[in-house]
Order: sequence, then structure tokens, then C-alpha cells
Amino acid sequence: MTQQAVTANLLGDGRVAFLTWDGDWSDNVADSHIATSDEESEWLLETAQRAVAAQVAVDPYLIEIDASSGSAWPVQRREQIRAAGPTGTINTLSDASVDGLKRVA
Amino acid sequence: MYRYDAYDSQLVGERVAQFRDQVQRRLDGALSEDEFRPLRLLNGLYLQLHAYMLRVAIPYGTLSSEQMRMLAHIARRYDKGYGHFTTRQNIQFNWTKLEEAPDILTDLAKVEMHAIQTSGNTIRNTTADPFAGVAADEIEDPRITCEIIRQWSTLHPEFSFLPRKFKIAVTGAYEDRAAVRVHDIGLAMQRNEAGEVGFEVMVGGGQGRTPMIAKTIRDFLPKDQLLSYLEAILRVYNLAGRRDNKYKARIKILVHELGTEVFRDQVEAEWEQLRDAGPNLDSAEVERIAAFFDPPSYEPAETSGYNAKLFEDHAFSDWARTNVARHKQSGYAIVSVSLKPEGEAPGDATAEQMDAMAEFAERYSLGEIRVTHEQNLVLPYVRQSDLYALWQGLRTQGLSTANIGLISDIIACPGLDYCGLATTRSIPVAQRISRLFANLDRQHDIGELRLKISGCINACGHHHVGHIGILGVDRKGEEYYQITLGGRADENAAIGKIIGPAFSSDNVVDAIETLVNIYLEQRYDGERFVDTYERIGQSPFKEALYDAR
Ligand code: SF4
Repeated sequence: MTQQAVTANLLGDGRVAFLTWDGDWSDNVADSHIATSDEESEWLLETAQRAVAAQVAVDPYLIEIDASSGSAWPVQRREQIRAAGPTGTINTLSDASVDGLKRVA
Repeated sequence: MYRYDAYDSQLVGERVAQFRDQVQRRLDGALSEDEFRPLRLLNGLYLQLHAYMLRVAIPYGTLSSEQMRMLAHIARRYDKGYGHFTTRQNIQFNWTKLEEAPDILTDLAKVEMHAIQTSGNTIRNTTADPFAGVAADEIEDPRITCEIIRQWSTLHPEFSFLPRKFKIAVTGAYEDRAAVRVHDIGLAMQRNEAGEVGFEVMVGGGQGRTPMIAKTIRDFLPKDQLLSYLEAILRVYNLAGRRDNKYKARIKILVHELGTEVFRDQVEAEWEQLRDAGPNLDSAEVERIAAFFDPPSYEPAETSGYNAKLFEDHAFSDWARTNVARHKQSGYAIVSVSLKPEGEAPGDATAEQMDAMAEFAERYSLGEIRVTHEQNLVLPYVRQSDLYALWQGLRTQGLSTANIGLISDIIACPGLDYCGLATTRSIPVAQRISRLFANLDRQHDIGELRLKISGCINACGHHHVGHIGILGVDRKGEEYYQITLGGRADENAAIGKIIGPAFSSDNVVDAIETLVNIYLEQRYDGERFVDTYERIGQSPFKEALYDAR
């Protein structure tokens, strides 16, 4: 089977979190507990459900993980964006955004 | 501007207190997520990809400078220093915390704002022409109607659990800047032969996976009958709209399945029962509301300085050409402020930019700002003699991009960078197109071109009605983009047609450039992209895109 980890959002602040080896939550996907069997994935989800019952996490689910580089990284684009944040920039007020300066001579 | 009365204040205040209690019970564990979710959605709080997103209502897109400052404060204090103006003339904060949501709503209530009915199967924020009250081609300020609808529809007990969300748009002008024909109900003000003011009533427009142009079910509805007629439409929909399939639950499907005639007959029959006993307002109440929107006292026109600057400063005159519109009062101008600087996320504004807009509004626009469904801002009351100083101020804030209506004035939904429903990203595509066409001379040469991007078939980015529309589709985990041509959101609204197979993310921007080049080769004098497309059809564009592949 593919390797899996559990992700959720934290209840209080909504931030993306990954279930870690010690049953805690980290904002870094590399800290994830990686399940390598169906039984282990099941166990991870059960652990996460206890965090739901304890008002720590919301809507946990399993994601596919690629750990071939030595560090866990999500396989799906959606989960990569959840792990790393938005890929576009926000308005930066840079000089380049001022129209007079960007005209090509 | 409308100001809250005691009822409004009490309603919003009680709602904040109620939600504070609900949040606390959720955090304590007294409410499960399943129990709490509908309650938070009733208050505009979504759980998105990265965090809680709060959608704040901006009724008919009108903001005071004080309200804009509060939005800046919220961006700074509770978010990551920016907000996203949406195609519903609202603002979304993408990084809020549940724990702080009641405090945000408390702060909003201090400036007469809230997030009620920005989610759920309710009547959402009624949108309006962003040039309301100042457009030269206007019959009457549509915000009076919008405010009446707002009061009628807020917590309306009968319409709090509709089959699906419900969106109304109103324009008081001939030129449709509010995209009324792609709303559940579109109201376009008209004068009848006797000179009385009323509405053309259009129903069943919408985008999403089944885009439709609204059908006119009444050519002229007297203004004073509006609420009873709206109530009749909503009743027919509430009873007959489908609740078994959320993809078929919008009113457009009902109108389509019944047929316009049958739907109209049902509404008219319902209206017969309602029109005298229904909720129409008495004239005193209408006048009370209308008084909030009375025109300001304009000062005598002084335009000579403005005209001189147009000759002297090329960059300023370019900006004036695209971003300044004719005002109904001579000596004044309507200024559109672009939130689409080169390479940035469409519709995003930083807290500093919001504060600056509040400052500019106070100094130059009688303290008032509008939000457009095209994700820009408007200063509606600028003296022509102040335009140059305003423009210079906007330049210091990255707010002076001279691209309103041009190819880089892109509508883009949040897409997969933020949205939990997305299949692909929208913002990076918009940013790449914006960079490709960064040369403003080139953009001005291309002229008006409405480009709109959605990250999934829900079509929040209005791609169906873009002259060029881009829809992101997932193909086995890869982002692809389907292009439509010939859509329009104006008074001649049309749904764009798919041109052919979708393009990979790597190729979609080049494809847009190819389309623009065909237009430039084929256009006649004075033709916009959409005019050329309508004259020559799809074939030349299609051949250029696909034949060489
Ligand atoms: S169109 Fe899709 S991706 Fe874009 S905001 Fe709407 S639901 Fe999200």
C-alpha cells in the first residue's frame, strides 16, 4: 500500500495540522507519523478521532505520502498546498506594481 | 449611506452575542462539529483549506471610510494583513481563528457590518451597480431598492432554508454593470410609457455547472409592488425547487424545467394572493430609506487643471482613459481603483491599501467607497480637479494600475490556493497572464477584454461570462484549463462557448496570447475582442489554437 498520514484542521485556530509520532499535531508535514499498512492507517485515524472528541482537531482524514526523498511530502496537489500554503503571492506594494514604472520604453 | 436604526443594531448585536455563546460551546465540547457547522455558516464562517475563512457582507458594495478602516484593522489584527474582495461585492478574510471570530463580529458591529447570510441556503447580499447614484445613464439609485430588499430578506423566516442559495442583483442604469442577467433574480430599472419607474424582472440566471441567462418574466413591475412580487417568486421556488439534488436545486433549473411561461403563471397566481396583503412598504418608509441615498451637495465644477494634466502627463491620461468614468454631475468623476496590479492576486488588498483607500475616500470622495463584482474598488464622488492628486496618491500605494476593463483586469476566484471545493488553481494563472501582458501600451492597444477564471465548475470566477473564460479542470491529478469564448455579463449577456480540448497549465497562457493575436489580426476599427469574435465566429480562433498542434 502507499504510505499515508493523517491531516486535519485544528479546532481553535483552523490551522492545517498533521498527526505526529507521539499523537500530537504539527504544522509541518515532515513531522507526520507515516503509516505503512492498512492497520496502521486505521490506528492513526482512531487516534485522530480521539483528538476530535477532545476538541483539538476537526475533520481528520488520510492523505497519501511520498517519503522517498527521506522527508514526508503529500502526493496530491491539494494536500501539497495545504502543507505549504498558497502558491500565489499577495499584493506586495512593490515598485513594479506601480504603473508608471512598468511601461516598456 | 444607509445608517442602522435601533432594530438593525439590536439584531446584529444579539446575533454576535448568540454566536459568541455558540463558539464557546463548540470549544467546550457541548456542540459537535456536525451541530456547530450550520451555525458557523449562518455567520459566514467557513473552514477552508488552510484556516477559517470569514466572509463579511458589504451591502450592495457600499462602504464608508470608517468601515474600510475597520476592515483594515481586521486584516491586521485577526488575519495575515490582507483581505480578498469577491465577485459578490463582499470581502473574505482567509486566515481567521474560530476563537477570535466573535471578536471580529463585535468589531464589525461597531461600524454597522456583519457576516449574516453570507453563506447557507438563504438570500445573500444583494449586489448593485457599483456606479449607483452617480452613473450618468441611471434612472434611480438602485441602492434604495437593495436596502429595502436587505431589510426584507434579513432573517426572513420563510426564506431561511431555501432549496439553495439565492442571489439578487439590481441595476438602475441602462448599461448593466451588475451582471443582473446571471443572477437568480435580476432587476433592471425601467420607465414605462407614463414615465413611472419600475423593474424588468428576470429570473433563473446563474453560472455554476449549468450556466443560464435569466428569463424576463415581467417587463414592468411597479416599484411599490416589488417586495410582494419577490415574495411570490421566492414562494414558488421554495415550494417547487428541488431539494433532492443540490446540483439541480437552483431556481434556474426550476425555471428551465417548468418553462418560463409556466413559471411566470405560477408566480403571477401567487402574486394575486399576495399583492395587497403582502409586504410592500408604505411610501413613508420608502422615503425614509431613500433619504439616506440623497445626492450630496455638489460644488461648482472646476475642470481646467484636470484637462491640462491630461495633456502633460501621458501615464495619467492613460489611467484616466480606463479608470475614470463619466459622472452624472459635471465637474465630478467616478474613479475605479484597480486591485489587479501586475502579477498580483486579483481582488486582494493589504491592510495598508485599505487604510489608504479610507484616507483617499475622506479626502476626495465624501468618505464613500464601492466594491465592484469585478473585484475592484470605486471612489464615486471625485472632483475632476482632484483627480491628479488622487492618482499620485494611489501610485504610492500600488493602486494606480491603468487597466480597468483590460486583459489584466482579471476576475479570478480563490481556487485551489484557498478554496476547499477547488480542483485547480486560479490565482497563479491570473498572475501569469497579468505578467505576460504587463506592458500597458499593449493592453491599451488590445482594448476592452474581460477575462475571467474559475478554479472549478462552481464558476465563482464568472468564467462563463468572460469574453475569454478559463475553467480549471483536474485531469488525473494534473491541472488543465478549458477556454470559452464569447461570454458577456453586460446588457447583452451571453454564455461563452468551449473552444476545444483543455490546455495544460504550461500551455494555457500561450493559448490566451494566441487568441489575442488572432483578434489583433482580424479586428476592424473600433471593435473589441468580443465584437470581433461575434463577427468572425470561433473558427479562426480554433484553427490558430489547435491546427498547429
Ligand atoms: S469556482 Fe470553485 S474553486 Fe473557485 S471559489 Fe468557487 S468553489 Fe472555489
